Amino acid sequence: MTVAELQAALSLEVLVEGDMTREVSGGYCGDLLSWVMGRARSGDAWITVMGNVNAIAVCVLADTACLILSDASPLDDAARARAQAEEIPVLRSDKNTYTLAVELSRLLPS
Amino acid sequence: MSIQLHYVVPGDDFTRAGEASGAVKTTLKQLGFRPDVIRRVAIAMYEGEINMVIHAGGGEADVEILPDCVTILLTDHGPGIPDVEQAMQEGFSTAPENVRNLGFGAGMGLPNIKKYTDTLDIETEIGVGTRMRMTVRVTEG
Ligand SMILES: Nc1ncnc2c1ncn2[C@@H]1O[C@H](COP(=O)(O)OP(=O)(O)O)[C@@H](O)[C@H]1O
Ligand SMILES: [Mg+2]
Repeated sequence: MTVAELQAALSLEVLVEGDMTREVSGGYCGDLLSWVMGRARSGDAWITVMGNVNAIAVCVLADTACLILSDASPLDDAARARAQAEEIPVLRSDKNTYTLAVELSRLLPS
Repeated sequence: MSIQLHYVVPGDDFTRAGEASGAVKTTLKQLGFRPDVIRRVAIAMYEGEINMVIHAGGGEADVEILPDCVTILLTDHGPGIPDVEQAMQEGFSTAPENVRNLGFGAGMGLPNIKKYTDTLDIETEIGVGTRMRMTVRVTEG
């Protein structure tokens, strides 16, 4: 499933388009950046409330497929600019992290 | 082929932290390194960079790229690490509250560096600073 397909299936708001053709192979939930760098896998959709520039840096370095902001969390201006420059898709939902993870897991082949 | 890169990592600027590791990532990609090797280098270096920003008022990064090995040397003139063994423990952190609110300070930085590198050497002296040398080898597979 691509990021674009995921965005459509979960009705996510698109904050930064980025590379929506990227394949999503799994998911990771968490707000502590070092945990994400230590445990998320390349190609994961990362669900978090952290919408700062450091979260975008983590997406770039840990090679996640996209960032999904849960609970309608804000994306700050520096983060938006960095995500645009790095072509990282940033999506958002009113739903919480748990609900999004459950919905994502239904979409992904187990 | 041998490429040397040098970066200055400014202290207390969390928006710029990650520039050096991001640049190294881009260079390794252009040189055709494997994605998993690039990822290990990028994450280990970012954790080290962030540590210099949070704990040491900034520092410098020297990177040497060889076909089969990437070496990262991080040097700072911060307070030093009193107990390296303790600092290496998962969850140990002296990061202040404002830094934790940004998502840092989980005490997983040094463990991540250890996890993603093949060698890690830490030389540190109280009141003088810290030098961290890490290598990531390109192995078969
Ligand atoms: N460059 C450094 N200078 C001084 N202290 C450091 C440095 N790097 C790490 N430390 C110390 O080691 C601890 C653990 O580091 P780390 O595992 O990266 O966790 P965190 O950065 O989340 O606190 C830090 O909280 C700090 O006390
Ligand atoms: Mg750290």
